Amino acid sequence: MLSLISKRLLLVIPNLIGVVIITFLLTRALPGDPAAYFAGPAATKEAIEQVRSKLGLDKPLIVQFGHYVTDLARGDFGNSLTTGQPVATEIRNRLPASAELTLFGLFISISIAVPLGILAAVKQGSWIDHTCRVVATAGVSLPVFFTGLLLVYVFYFLLGWSPAPLGRIDVFYSPPPQVTGFYLIDSVLSGNLEGFRAAFSQLLLPGLTLGIFSLAPIARMTRASMLAVLASDFVRTARASGLDDRTVIITYAFRNAMLPVVTTLGMVFSFLLGANVLVEKVFAWPGIGSYAVEALISSDFAPVQGFVLTMAVLYVVLNLIIDILYGVIDPRVRLEG
Amino acid sequence: MRRRDFLKSATALAATSAITAPAIFSPAKAQSRQETLLIVSESGPNNLDIHGVGTNVPGYEVSWNCYDRLITHEMKTGPNGAPYYDKTKFKPELAEDMNIGDMSVTFKLKKKATFHDGTPVTAKDVKWSLDRAVSVGGFPTFQMAAGSLTKPEQFVVVDDNTVRVDFLRKDRLTIPDLAVIVPCVVNSEMVKKHATEKDPWGLEYTKQNTAGSGAYKVASWVAGTEVVFERNDAWLGGPLPKTKKIIWRIVPSAGNRRALLERGDADISYDLPNKDFVELKNAGKLNIVSTPYSNGIQYIGMNVKQPPFDNPKIRQAVAYALPYQKIMDAVLFGLAKPMFGAPANAATEVAWPQAHKYNTDIAKAKALMAEAAPNGIETTISFDLGFAGVNEPLCVLVQESLAQIGIKCTINKVPGANWRTELNKKTLPLYTNVFSGWLDYPEYFFIWCYHGKNSIFNTMSYQSKELDGFVDGAVTAAATGDMPTYEKDVKGFVDTAYADMPRIPLYQPYVNVAMQKNVSGYAYWFHRRLDYRTLGKG
Amino acid sequence: MTDTAIRAAAPKAESNSLLRHARYVVSENPVTGLAFGLFTLIALCALIGPYIVPHDPLASDTAATLQAPSWKHWFGTDQLGRDIFSRVVVATRLDLIIALSSVALVFAMGGFAGIAAGFFGGWTDRIVGRISDTIMAFPLFVLAMGIVAALGNTVTNIVLATAIINFPLYVRVARAEANVRRDAGFVQAARLSGNGDFRILLMHILPNIMPIMMVQISLTMGYAILNAAGLSFIGLGVRPPTPEWGIMVAEGAGNIISGEWWIALFPGAALMLAVFCFNLLGDGLRDLVDPQRRT
Repeated sequence: MLSLISKRLLLVIPNLIGVVIITFLLTRALPGDPAAYFAGPAATKEAIEQVRSKLGLDKPLIVQFGHYVTDLARGDFGNSLTTGQPVATEIRNRLPASAELTLFGLFISISIAVPLGILAAVKQGSWIDHTCRVVATAGVSLPVFFTGLLLVYVFYFLLGWSPAPLGRIDVFYSPPPQVTGFYLIDSVLSGNLEGFRAAFSQLLLPGLTLGIFSLAPIARMTRASMLAVLASDFVRTARASGLDDRTVIITYAFRNAMLPVVTTLGMVFSFLLGANVLVEKVFAWPGIGSYAVEALISSDFAPVQGFVLTMAVLYVVLNLIIDILYGVIDPRVRLEG
Repeated sequence: MRRRDFLKSATALAATSAITAPAIFSPAKAQSRQETLLIVSESGPNNLDIHGVGTNVPGYEVSWNCYDRLITHEMKTGPNGAPYYDKTKFKPELAEDMNIGDMSVTFKLKKKATFHDGTPVTAKDVKWSLDRAVSVGGFPTFQMAAGSLTKPEQFVVVDDNTVRVDFLRKDRLTIPDLAVIVPCVVNSEMVKKHATEKDPWGLEYTKQNTAGSGAYKVASWVAGTEVVFERNDAWLGGPLPKTKKIIWRIVPSAGNRRALLERGDADISYDLPNKDFVELKNAGKLNIVSTPYSNGIQYIGMNVKQPPFDNPKIRQAVAYALPYQKIMDAVLFGLAKPMFGAPANAATEVAWPQAHKYNTDIAKAKALMAEAAPNGIETTISFDLGFAGVNEPLCVLVQESLAQIGIKCTINKVPGANWRTELNKKTLPLYTNVFSGWLDYPEYFFIWCYHGKNSIFNTMSYQSKELDGFVDGAVTAAATGDMPTYEKDVKGFVDTAYADMPRIPLYQPYVNVAMQKNVSGYAYWFHRRLDYRTLGKG
Repeated sequence: MTDTAIRAAAPKAESNSLLRHARYVVSENPVTGLAFGLFTLIALCALIGPYIVPHDPLASDTAATLQAPSWKHWFGTDQLGRDIFSRVVVATRLDLIIALSSVALVFAMGGFAGIAAGFFGGWTDRIVGRISDTIMAFPLFVLAMGIVAALGNTVTNIVLATAIINFPLYVRVARAEANVRRDAGFVQAARLSGNGDFRILLMHILPNIMPIMMVQISLTMGYAILNAAGLSFIGLGVRPPTPEWGIMVAEGAGNIISGEWWIALFPGAALMLAVFCFNLLGDGLRDLVDPQRRT
């Protein structure tokens, strides 16, 4: 296990270096001039040049890159222009918001897509199968921001069922004392049931939006994987031995079909973290996605660089976890690896 | 099995929560809702101190409400019946009286005035704050200079309670400049404790903390999410504000802001598209107040130093081709004051903004183009993406009209953060922009936007000795009180500007605010931001 | 039967069999048939759309803004008075171009890099793998945003950004397939006949991996259009006043709350139908071309 982790980490380091370099170049290529921004709306050319040299932006790119890397080694991600705060602090504060939302969305998605996929596989070729395919594909065919806005319109504005899309928790509740940063977990830990309900109801619409968007790949993979397993020998044996349908499907087939589904889950999770940015914008969610988008539009380097780097590290950790999960689920992988 | 049961119970929980957790408030929540004002807007401050480096416009609102100045303006009734600041009448805020001498003005401070931490406000604090304003550079220093306040030597501590401001020259704008947001009084002892060698003015500290004597203080600030204000119950700058707590929430989506207002979950917003304001007004559930920008105009600017717009005939052709009324109707929904189409025989007024005599006349435009550029022109029209709601449809309409007279434009969207930089380069051939000045005087506008000394706001690089003469004359006449010369010069520079047409005014924008019916006390200020001190509920 | 009769019957039977096979697949799976029909409609709109629309998609008419669907304007008018039906139909061409060029580009780049990596192994494999992994380490949509923000929001750059972020996917699939076939019999035979490596790649391996890539291609087409829509929502999409489904949805999204649902709904529906169609098409194409993989 340890050797697997360390081997994986070694492989990943060149990737991270590539990410750092590319992000640096990309943000420097963005149109926009932080010096002009800092110098203010009334600055003359001289004033702007002064600010530029104060910020160190007049030095050659290599030198700037050197500074950036040394700062990075110290854990200093720089400061954001638009919010004026240190990027590292903001990312640390905002990451749980995005993570909680993404996990919640994934949870909703799994709870719909997996049963749907199993059903479609078991009743292959029937109208259930076709409906499953259509429904799953429909969810992923609409732009995610459109789905989000539609849900807000229907469930908040028209029906009033959902609370105001004002972020993670109602303005008049204070967030639960910070333990993990996940409001659901923290409110349970501090025994605050009212807070739990408030946080939960705020999570529903954005979570649903994300969930709808990720239905298709999970349902599709579950279905395909189940089909492959259902056609295999041991399932035939199980049926022939007289085991009832439910046992065959759940205990034997699904367990074995889970592996590719787990891989897909990992892919979908990382994809969702990227799709997050639009959902966070629609729901005023204080996550890192909206943080990065605002920064990008304002040509604010530091948050974008910080965000990308954080995401890259997160993916590595995620893939590692998935590989370990693999080993837990499927002993064959463990033995071979 | 177990998994299934868990899934089932979770879905049940979700279903019940969804249906039973609408905006039903628990009793404690309802009461606090009544005592709090919730403001929603698209963006928030990046710095709580207007003296800070790169402070954005929302940051000005924080400074205005959390810091005091020596003087402020009296209110009068505005053009729409709502309270409006009176640009000519001042009243004391931190000072208890003001004595204007020949080349100086002396202020006596209110003896009982204290900062938020309880320490008394003294003349030393005032001097330190004014020194800070003229020394930090950037926008604050620039704004101070607009009223001839440039040197720390101008600010003199006479005694513990008395401050004198010496004039460098006679300038009508000096006193008004002391009432704008920038010369706010900062708690110098507290901030000096946090100053360092690299940061002698303590800007890092005041970025995150308010150290003033104003009616409100910032209780918490989560950048990009919300600012929470609490009332300063010991405020002496005016009558005690009605609202104890104010929450300013950032909601990026305009549609959501509107939904929040309509459902009663938010109290005030001023950041909506014009169309929404008109519809909300017609629906009658909310209070919509629209006030014209003081001293502000949205215009089409052209670079007059380079072809093709160095040719006055082409500029006039553009002025005849613009779809003025279409813009008023489709882009602004009528929420603006037209700056075009003045009757041909109207006399030039001594006022600004005022309308020019051009109106849409494609035939005339085509005739001018036939003379000046018979083969047509290709150019780009640029706009600030930060205000895309108005700018984008405006440019699309302009592009369409100009195409009819042979000017083919590609639309160039410039992201908000880069807009100033692009404008300052003074290379954009054709663009739309808005300018407004805090000091509501015609010569003030013209100094920045038309004068040959080519400030950055003279985006057209316009040079005219004739106009310069009029502007300089008007400034001197105003300082010495020579009204006849002043009026002659104002008419002079307006006429020159409208004959040459380096920029084509389109309209005077409105500041629109949407409030719940139980919210009272909105007043229009030159900075167009909210003044919390008069707002109240119920 | 005589020889000639048999020989004459054979080619006819071949062409018949492809059609028959197609018909069989479609009847097995009516959804695929639907997808094919939809695609024909889309292609038709793209080709002749601009010529048959009732109104000029760019003509503004401020007297008639924000009108609900009526006989005069089937899909209503937008905030500048332009006819939405005409705009939606004309936008088909641009969106189809975006979809097709993104796919062509990423297939050319990723597909070729992938099969080269899988076929040659060694350094080619390592370099391509590194590039692919580095791209995958980025949150993909943010990378697309960054590229378009840095290079400017033109259609070319949007296509380029979409191609770049899909690159790793194509590389992975192509590489896996090429790897499997590297030592296959037909490849060895080709080599023996004197074919150079590149010829083998192009003429032998590439056609064999096409069926698997088909599904990926159709999915990418849908994704390209959704990507453009997402970029438009942020303000990084195509330039106005060009009609494009994504930017029309983004612009109309703000009008949903005020009740002008048609501005976003019709382009949104068109977009959804197109992406839907491409997704289902992928499944259908795979069923058609490679019966072994049918699920």
